[in-house]
Amino acid sequence: MTTASTAVPRKPIRWGRVAVHLGCLAALLVMLYPLAWLLATSLKPANEVIASLNLLPSHLEWSNYKTAFEGVNDVSIWRLLGNSLLIAGGAVLGNVISCSLAAYAFARLRFRMRGPLFAFMIATIMLPHHAVLIPQYIIFNKLGLVNTYWPLILPKFLATEAFFVFLIVQFMRGLPRELEEAARIDGCGPFRSFYKVILPLTRPALITTAIFTFIWTWNDFFTQLIYLFDPDKFTLTLALRSFVDASSQSAFGPMFAMSVIALLPIVLFFLAFQRFLVEGMASSGLKG
Amino acid sequence: MTTTQTPAVPVPATTAPPGKRPKRQREGAAWVFLSPWVLGATVLTLLPMAVSLYLSFTDYDLFNAPRWVGLRNYTQMFTEDPRYWRSVTTTLTYVVIAVPLQLALALVVALALKNMRRGKGFYRSAFYAPSLLGASMSIALVWRALFNDGGTVDHLTGSGGWINKPGWALLAVALLTVWQFGAPMVIFLAGLQQIPAELYEAAAVDGAGKWRQFVSVTVPMLSPVLFFNLVLQTIQAFQVFTPAFAVSAGKGGPADSTLVYTLYLYDRGFVASHMGYASAMAWVLLIVIGAVTAVLFRTSRSWVFYASEGDR
Repeated sequence: MTTASTAVPRKPIRWGRVAVHLGCLAALLVMLYPLAWLLATSLKPANEVIASLNLLPSHLEWSNYKTAFEGVNDVSIWRLLGNSLLIAGGAVLGNVISCSLAAYAFARLRFRMRGPLFAFMIATIMLPHHAVLIPQYIIFNKLGLVNTYWPLILPKFLATEAFFVFLIVQFMRGLPRELEEAARIDGCGPFRSFYKVILPLTRPALITTAIFTFIWTWNDFFTQLIYLFDPDKFTLTLALRSFVDASSQSAFGPMFAMSVIALLPIVLFFLAFQRFLVEGMASSGLKG
Repeated sequence: MTTTQTPAVPVPATTAPPGKRPKRQREGAAWVFLSPWVLGATVLTLLPMAVSLYLSFTDYDLFNAPRWVGLRNYTQMFTEDPRYWRSVTTTLTYVVIAVPLQLALALVVALALKNMRRGKGFYRSAFYAPSLLGASMSIALVWRALFNDGGTVDHLTGSGGWINKPGWALLAVALLTVWQFGAPMVIFLAGLQQIPAELYEAAAVDGAGKWRQFVSVTVPMLSPVLFFNLVLQTIQAFQVFTPAFAVSAGKGGPADSTLVYTLYLYDRGFVASHMGYASAMAWVLLIVIGAVTAVLFRTSRSWVFYASEGDR
């Protein structure tokens, strides 16, 4: 064991620590197995997919990716990717703008009914999406907006994801009041001091909001499933769903190649922003 | 309250002197900032809730005008629809299996990582990753293949594909939730790190062993975080959809064993176009989630310990 050989001779080996590390590594292997399996299967020839436990393909079947790039239902994967990006990008923009505006009012400004409205906002975090789903669908249907991207993006511009309002409120409450006092003495109204003083300082919370919004919207399935019908409006998630119905084994390779492509943006986001993601999640659970 | 190098953890608000600013002007400005939220809360939350309550007393198929039927949707649901009850028991079973398993695993891993000197950050990130990926269709499809006939689980246990066996399919779905234990784990870990070291030192001086310290210091100090995780994960578990959809190709099979509540709601509302019936289902879900949350809050008084009571 390398731990034993590299340990400084005079120090006794902490067997407890070694055991914890070994336990964590074992757990990690089990946890990462599905991801390794996904990557391996996306490169396997069709006849090897369920034939054996062997994770490694006999040869790398790059044609799976070639097939995946041709897309589904005559819609190219670039189109699907673009649609997914458009929806996720719109959602990010909407959430960052609308949630930070609402959060500033709750965190810093005085107005009538602030207490009850704040309590109501918190309550909507707990509200199951399904309670409002059908009438929202009917409203968008009446407006002729079903089978467009509006129902997926517009709500984000109206701060409907209260979780993020709460996250930003918590962050803004931690900023020293003196900053705005100073800005006010310099002649800044609430709008200038929001834009010039508070917003730049809130950047960490805004980045957390943006990343989570992107990932959640990217992964979202239910809303896209009910609102989008035309294959050329589909997102990657919906295109993958088409594979659920086609259960033939020959489609396995390309299906998982496309699954890898669909996960790639999230993996990249995770690698680039893992600190924000982990800290953002950690802070959400604390009574800050 | 701040942890080291944590930009996103809010620091406690500094107590501000009472405002001497022109109130009128501020009040108007506040409503400008609030306007998107107010519009969303009324048009996309309150109004839809009221409308769906109304629709739950009607027969409505999206094309013809809603027809008032009184309580018929509700009576039909509770007395004449075995699939409805199936979806209720399926969801409850799922919640009762998935949530405790997930939280137990999250707590054990958080405790293991708490005092780790090296590699803590790495493990924390690595265990957290599935929480971001797990909600995706890609992973749901992987799960379907792993637990299918000839999948890894079949090869290892010889039990056949779980997703084709009524007694086992739901367990496969629950394991996908357990796999995503990283999010509550990170929250546990943050909570553990906020427990003052002096408490452990004092307990040790008083002769408390490791186990005693865990029971008398860690558990009460962590109980608010445990409570938060319990409420959050329970509410989320009641609304599980994507994995059940993927595992059963949207049908809830085999033999309705993965027909979770939201899947049946989707089936009634958007496949069968019984919007009134689906609205009634949505309201029952809302009431049940509200009731469960209320019960959790009520029981929490006896087991959740708030050290800083009255502090804020």
